[in-house]
Amino acid sequence: MEETNNLSGKPQKEDQNARRQFLKKLGLVVGAGAAVTAGAVYMGYDHENKKNPEGKKIRVLTADGQLMEVSEAELLQAENSVETEETELQRRGREGIPGKHWVMVIDLSKCRNARMCMAACQGAHHLRPEQHHINVLRMQDAEHTEPYFMPKPCYHCDNPPCTKVCPVDATFKRQDGIVLIDNQRCIGCRFCIAACPYSARIFHWIEPLKSEEDKDLPYDVELNVPQRKGTISKCLFSADCLRDGELPYCVRACPNGVYYFGDLNEDVVTNGTTRETVRFSELIRKNGGYTVLEELGTKPQVYYLPPKNRLFPYQYEGKTTLDPDDSRIGGGRG
Amino acid sequence: MSVNKLSPEESRSVLNKIETDLLRPLTHHKGFELWILFLALVFIVGGYAYFIQLRDGLGVTAMRDYTSWGMYIGNFVFFVATSLIGMFISSVLGLLKIKWITPISRIAEMIALAFAMWAGIVIVIDMGRPDRLLNVFLHGRFQSPIVWDVTVVTTYVAISTLLLLLPLIPDAAIVRRRLPDLPKWQMKIYDLLHLGWEARPDQYQTIRRSMRILAILIIPVALSIHTVTSWLFAATLRAGWDSTIFGPYFVSGAFVAGAAAVIIAMYFFRYNYKLGDYITDFHFNRMGQVLVLVSAVYIYFNLNEYFVPAYKMRTAEQLHLHEMFQGHWAFLFWFTQIGCLAIPTLLLIFKRMRKPGIMLWLSVLVLIGAWFKRLLIVVPVQQHPYLPIQNVPESFHHYVPTGIEIMLTFLPIAGVLLIITIIAKLFPVMPVWEIAHEKGVDESMIK
Repeated sequence: MEETNNLSGKPQKEDQNARRQFLKKLGLVVGAGAAVTAGAVYMGYDHENKKNPEGKKIRVLTADGQLMEVSEAELLQAENSVETEETELQRRGREGIPGKHWVMVIDLSKCRNARMCMAACQGAHHLRPEQHHINVLRMQDAEHTEPYFMPKPCYHCDNPPCTKVCPVDATFKRQDGIVLIDNQRCIGCRFCIAACPYSARIFHWIEPLKSEEDKDLPYDVELNVPQRKGTISKCLFSADCLRDGELPYCVRACPNGVYYFGDLNEDVVTNGTTRETVRFSELIRKNGGYTVLEELGTKPQVYYLPPKNRLFPYQYEGKTTLDPDDSRIGGGRG
Repeated sequence: MSVNKLSPEESRSVLNKIETDLLRPLTHHKGFELWILFLALVFIVGGYAYFIQLRDGLGVTAMRDYTSWGMYIGNFVFFVATSLIGMFISSVLGLLKIKWITPISRIAEMIALAFAMWAGIVIVIDMGRPDRLLNVFLHGRFQSPIVWDVTVVTTYVAISTLLLLLPLIPDAAIVRRRLPDLPKWQMKIYDLLHLGWEARPDQYQTIRRSMRILAILIIPVALSIHTVTSWLFAATLRAGWDSTIFGPYFVSGAFVAGAAAVIIAMYFFRYNYKLGDYITDFHFNRMGQVLVLVSAVYIYFNLNEYFVPAYKMRTAEQLHLHEMFQGHWAFLFWFTQIGCLAIPTLLLIFKRMRKPGIMLWLSVLVLIGAWFKRLLIVVPVQQHPYLPIQNVPESFHHYVPTGIEIMLTFLPIAGVLLIITIIAKLFPVMPVWEIAHEKGVDESMIK
């Protein structure tokens, strides 16, 4: 019924009305559009006028090393905020240094427990005295064997159990072999601490030592400073020093020539004390180099030279190493 | 199925009695307010503890660089473990067509859901940066067992919720009809949940088929949640966790904790809700047998887990096992193994012992033991790493939980009890329609 009604007389009128209204609306829309367009064209024209009429070009380097050309008039002072700096530090920090495979050799026969390595490390990374990226352990392999001192950094394993378990990719292994921790990503689950068989990782249970002083610094993932409460920290092989062509903090600080550091790809390592550079493969072969707990399959990238010809007895907490009554002797090497 | 059909008159009176009995706690519940007040108090104290932990960092706990997982993780494992019982009773026993589970299936599912939901919160309490929880979803790596755990626990919570809600459909319709004077918001819940239930044969068919599908689906998911939880430890290289039987070891232990929790809940509902006609001595007898069975399996796995490494005494495991058997942890170890597992199991073998009163106390013992056992699995292993613990303060060598940790362990336990309390206050603790059906009530009347 209604349909037939709609088809007769009445709707035609409505139709005309609708058309009139449509035209009216169209006019409005077109008018507004034209006004906007005119405005935009004028502003563009004005903008172009303000530019250098010659269009003089200059060359600039982008942050990732690309050479670019821009017209001089468009050049602005780069905004050097903490955010932009951090983005760049994160990018290069996660990428690593191409072509390198960092390796450390620790000569146990030379270690006299001077602990300069520990102090230098804690200074650089703003750590408390009980927080160790590198820890000099007093080892005794078996009941009647002689104790010795063993500096223990992170071993930067080629098959790292810690990065495997991280749920958020906060700890990762770079192309140059360094295992880093991104404390802007870390959720503080501590699974990596549980997974590391070498106890190489620490956690910021309370506010870090210098968190107040450091709070405005851009975060450098290669130095892990500023440190953050509720996140992990660990030995970084001083990735920030390596980027500047320097040896790691601990390696440089050693007074006894314990540390060698270098590139496995080039097969050279440099002694941090004597600055003598030697062939890595030869050093390991001739001195019986080994890695710790290699049976776990972690492929550590820190090698040890055996603790032979030691200058014993050493003084240790008021006792000599020959005293048998130190209850804190650990389980030895596996 | 030998259900003797009742006549319409008999049906009406039987159904009336069942409804009256099971719905009574929805309107009458002595001491309910006091109980809620108590839980609220625990929440306030726990909330304050969490505020302190957020402000000062996890340093307010006893955890340090070596023992970096403590009571919170032990509590988490316990929660996941206890939640497995929902699957065991409703699915495994249900699919085996074991009839006596009808009055306790909902109790088991309430426990399952409450523990599984709170397990997720317990793990957040342990996080150093809970504010970055979203990172798990934004930057999640599927290589990490934590991401597996998040995936399966959420799935388990979802399926458990459905398994609880589906059998509530007819019950919601019944509550709606029987108790129209309940507060408006409460009636809205029943309106929403009864989904137009009219007790039609096709509706029965749909609901039974859906429940069956979910009962099958939940088995692999439930096995996964606790297997994956065990892998958080077994996937590491640490002596004491590095074990190939950790998955089944954890799962079998889970059923022990869950069965004990169900027995405690059964006792409570039988006496406090006056449901003695439904949760009878027969049911306690049966659950006692279940507890013996699952405990025997768990004892077998314990034997494998401790005896075999102890026979070899490999250097790395030696220190750990010595501390467990005769060192620092010896008391707790033998208390949980003998006092809270072996003795209750042995006692429950005898029919005389499978009585509600005795079983309540034995179950409490088993449950307490189950909690401490999780702590023993988590903590001592970390105190014997391969390389010695040196040059750190004395507190790094030990683990004695702080007050904050204890408060934040009780908070989730109160949370679980709160969820169970709310469900038991809003809905009958047993599926009215299934019980009526078993008693031979005409199905078309149950609406």
